[in-house]
Parts: sequence; C-alpha cells; structure tokens
Amino acid sequence: MNALAARRRHPAAIALLILVGLLITGGAYSFIAPKDANASAAAPTASVEEGKTLFLGNCASCHGTNAQGTASGPSLVGVGAAAVDFQVGTGRMPMAQPAVQAPRNAVKFDEDEIASLAAYVASLGPGPGVPDEEYTTPLEAGTEENNHAIAEGGEIFRVNCAMCHNFAGAGGALTRGKYAPGLEGVDPKHIYEAMVTGPQSMPVFSDTNLDPEAKQKVISYLKAQEDATNVGGMTLGNLGPVSEGLFAWVFMLGILIGAAVWLGKKAA
Amino acid sequence: MNDNQTTAAPVEGSALVPASGDGQVLPASLAAGPDTFENPGLPPHVHRAADIDPAAAKRAERQVATMFAISMLGALAFVVAYFAIRDEATFFLPGVGKASTQNVVLGLSLGVSILFIGLGAVHWAKTLMSDEEVVEERHVQASSPESRADAVAVVSDGVDSTGLTRRPLLKYSLGGALGLFALPLGLQVVGSLGPVTVGELKETLWDPENNNGQPIRLMRDPEMTPIKLEEVTNGSVFHVMPETLQHSIDERKHVLEGKAKAAVILIRLNPDDIKVQKARDWGVDGVVAYSKICTHVGCAVGLYEQQTHHLLCPCHQSTFDLTEDCKVIFGPAKRPLPQLKITVDDEGYLVAPEGFAEAVGPSFWERKR
Repeated sequence: MNALAARRRHPAAIALLILVGLLITGGAYSFIAPKDANASAAAPTASVEEGKTLFLGNCASCHGTNAQGTASGPSLVGVGAAAVDFQVGTGRMPMAQPAVQAPRNAVKFDEDEIASLAAYVASLGPGPGVPDEEYTTPLEAGTEENNHAIAEGGEIFRVNCAMCHNFAGAGGALTRGKYAPGLEGVDPKHIYEAMVTGPQSMPVFSDTNLDPEAKQKVISYLKAQEDATNVGGMTLGNLGPVSEGLFAWVFMLGILIGAAVWLGKKAA
Repeated sequence: MNDNQTTAAPVEGSALVPASGDGQVLPASLAAGPDTFENPGLPPHVHRAADIDPAAAKRAERQVATMFAISMLGALAFVVAYFAIRDEATFFLPGVGKASTQNVVLGLSLGVSILFIGLGAVHWAKTLMSDEEVVEERHVQASSPESRADAVAVVSDGVDSTGLTRRPLLKYSLGGALGLFALPLGLQVVGSLGPVTVGELKETLWDPENNNGQPIRLMRDPEMTPIKLEEVTNGSVFHVMPETLQHSIDERKHVLEGKAKAAVILIRLNPDDIKVQKARDWGVDGVVAYSKICTHVGCAVGLYEQQTHHLLCPCHQSTFDLTEDCKVIFGPAKRPLPQLKITVDDEGYLVAPEGFAEAVGPSFWERKR
C-alpha cells in the first residue's frame, strides 16, 4: 500500500484512474443492460379478431378506436400490413410518448401478435402487404451476375437514399430534431417495408418508382457493405470530417503535446 | 505578505526615494529602471543519474539498445508479413470491424520500426549525450568597413563597364524589353480567370432546343426510364434527369456537367396542400418538379421530409417549403428553388415543355438578382 501511496502523484496516475473508472462503468453497463429477446422461428399465425383486440389495447389511444386517426396519431386506413410489420416489428410503435420521431426500440410484441395487428390494419383498406421473401433475401456477392446487381443497387442507393441515410448507410440529421436512422444491421424485410410505406419523414419508394428487383438490389448492396472488408481502418462512424476532425484534434494533438512535453523534460 | 512588509525591508544597498504624490516609496533600483538589474546567470547545473553513476549510464545504454532492437524486430516482421500473409486474409479488429490482416500488420510493424528508432534516439540524447548548458554570444552582423567598401567598388566598376550611364539608348531599350516581358506572364493569369460570357450558366439540358424543340421526358436517375403520371404515387420522390442526358451518356461526354445543372426532384403532394397557384399550374395533379441544385452554393437538395414537405440541403441546412413554391424557410439560401414546368404527353409520360424559366443553382454576377 505504501508503494501505491508514494506513486499517487505520478503523471500517469490520473490517466490510469480514468481508464479504470471507464472500464468499470462500461463493464457494469454491459452486465446489467437489457438483452434482446429471442424471436421464435415458427411461422406466425395471424387473426384479424386478435389483432383488433391488441389494437384497441395498445394503439387506439392515439390512432382512434377505428384507426381513423386522432390529433395525436395518423389514420391507419390504407397503410397496409407492411407499415404495421415495420413500425411494430422494429419497436418504433407503440411509442412511449409523443415525440418528433419514433426511435428504433425493443420489440414489444411477438411475431404472432405483429402478424395479427398487421392483418387487422390490412383489413381496414388496401395497402402494401408484407413483402415476399423472394425480394427481401439479399443476393450473395460472388457470381458475376450478383456482383453486377449489387453494384447497381449501390448506384440506386446513392441517388435515392444516400442524401439522408449517408453514403455508407450510417444515417444523418434532418430538420428540427428529426433524423434518418442508420441502416446497419436492419432486417432486409424492414428495409423493404420502409421503402414501400415511407415511415415518418421518409418518402415513399413505391414499386412504380423502384420495382421489387431494384429494392432487392439496394438491400443486397447494404448487406454487402456490412460484410465488406474495411481496408481504410477505423470508420469513426462513417460520419466524415466531423468525427475525423474531432479524433485528430483530441487524440493526435494529445499525442503531439505529450511528445513535446517528453522531449523538453530533463532526464532524471 | 503585504505591501508594508515589502517596502519596510528594502534591498541591501538601495536607498528609498519618493515615487509619486501618493506618498509611496520605491527602492532606488526600481525607480532607476531595469538597467541596474544584475544578470542572475544560469541556475547551477544539475547532473543526471547517468552522469554520476556508471551503473545508471550502463542501464540507459541498454535501454537505448533495446529500443533499437525492437525497431529491428519491427522491420523484420514487416518483411516476413509481406510474404507470409495472403492479400485477401481478414480478421476482426475491435473498432474497425473486418480488417485486412496484411494492411494492419504491415502498418503496425512499419510504425513500430520507425517509432522505436525515434524513441531510442531521443532517449539516447536525453540520458547519455552531454546536457551541459552552453552560452553562445551573437557575433556582430555588419561586415568590416573594408569589405563593404570593396563590394561597392565591384558594383560601380560593373556599371561603368556596361556603359549604361553613357549609352541611354541601351538603358531605355533594355527597360522596355524587360517591361514588356511581364505582359505575357500577367496576361495568361488574368486571361484564365474565366469565360467572359455567362450564357452557359443559364442553359440546362432541359432547354427544348436540345431536343429539336420537342418537350423533354422526365427520366428516373440512374435507370434512365421514362415516368408515367400515375406511377408517381402520393408521398413518392423521384430523382429525375432529362431524356436529353442520354445523348451525353451514349457519347460518354459531359455527363457530369449535364447532370450538375439538370438534376430535378419530382414529388407528388396533395394538390390542396400547394398554397401557390403558379406552383399548382406548373405541375400536374399535385405532381411538381423542382431543380435539385441549391440556390446557395449548388449542393444537391435531396432530403425530402414527407410529413412536413420540407426539402433540406445537407451542406448548409437551407430548408425549402414545397407547399409554398419552395420558398426558403431556413438557412443561407436567398432564392426559392426554380420550378420545372411539367405536363403529360400523348403516351401518358411526364414531359417538360419549356425548360427552366430562370438560371438554376447559385447566384452569379450577371444574374441580375
């Protein structure tokens, strides 16, 4: 203990103390943080009746008892099953409280309940359905045909999506607190549904604009990006000059200052 | 502790003199000015451990040698990794993700190699090289009077031998030649500042003369397929290029220049939401087309918010309200985005019959407003 006490004014003591503190808080957080629930693999069974019950219990306070919409929530007539599957399936709905944007969140319902809710909302009026798995399965890079399709998906992504979602799909800011979320790790089905339904601030990319094959190419491009080797080193969130500049100012200048102090200090 | 004590214990050998009207007194050395300070000289030299203890010197020597040895290992690791690691090998690196093994190992080994040469050299200099303080006085800057007189003599001899003072014709013709030689140098700089005509800034590929006077179809970017009116569903956004861009694409010429001015965004609103009659008239059933080039400095304004009908420019956050004919509601842009008048042709495709009524993009000197 004496050796420790004697070194408490060592220049590295503060840095070491901060590091230990960060490790302890980080470790404690990962230990107590809520874990993702495991989704069951069985095919969901949908029932309009059950969906209506769920709707009245969880959604009607904002969307109205007949889903006709109120001052606090839009009408759901004609939004289709795809909108429900996206909003509820990503945990955006039900919203905890009114806000400028519903963030991605822990999913509150199981697959059967989501399917029932979707079936009920789809029964209110025609709208886009949950997409066919044929188009939500990302194409595997490797064959020349698939590589070509993925490259085309990249071009479509850069023209139609990158202005909000960032060139690397990292997301970005919109006006007045709204934002385009990052796309990494999003279920291909949910990416497809977002394009068809245009949730929240996002415009609609209907099948008459981007046909299902084009949507599949975009999804394949995003998934290929996730698997791609990162030859450029740390991405720093792919946010460009903001995060890179901050890193350079804080860490690079810190190292330079440390080096200057060491160079100027007389040896013991 | 306080002023009284300081003045009560004056420096030895100095007399107290009255300073100013308020009755304070200062030591004579201060009152007389800084000249009378004595140079305190350098503090006594403190020896380092390695200067007085041979064991410490030996230890420092070993430390430096160890650093150089680590550098050698780094260099050898680089050579080995260069041959041993396959180009396509990858591994998971925290903070980076899937990283190229060869990139990381080559970079690290080369970095270690050069870093430890530097660390070793600095450690060597700090512990073992002499650290005795040395004072070097500045030498007098001026040359001796003799060499200055010699230099003047050389120059005046040279001037005399050219005869410039006796032959004014040579003097003036040389001056003229040197003076005129500056003209070509200046001319190419001024001449390259830009075209004097600005017509190009007012033209886009949407002008009907690019299509023999015929209306120009709106095409999806990047697929270059025409768009039917009913395909533009409510809340949809289409990113549009003119049919005439296809010529540039086919000829592989000026594609980007064409795109840079012709980019258009096509959106369907509820016609009742559009508050400006002109905007409604220039569209079809609530489908409106606007230039995507920001009127501030020309970034692509592509961030459309479906609920608020705001168009946001990502560069400087200029925000345009689509329901008010793209009026600027926030940010540094000063003019609304120019609207492209659209109609439907015989086959049901959307066409632009007239091109833009004003120059698109940022303001320029000759734009008048």
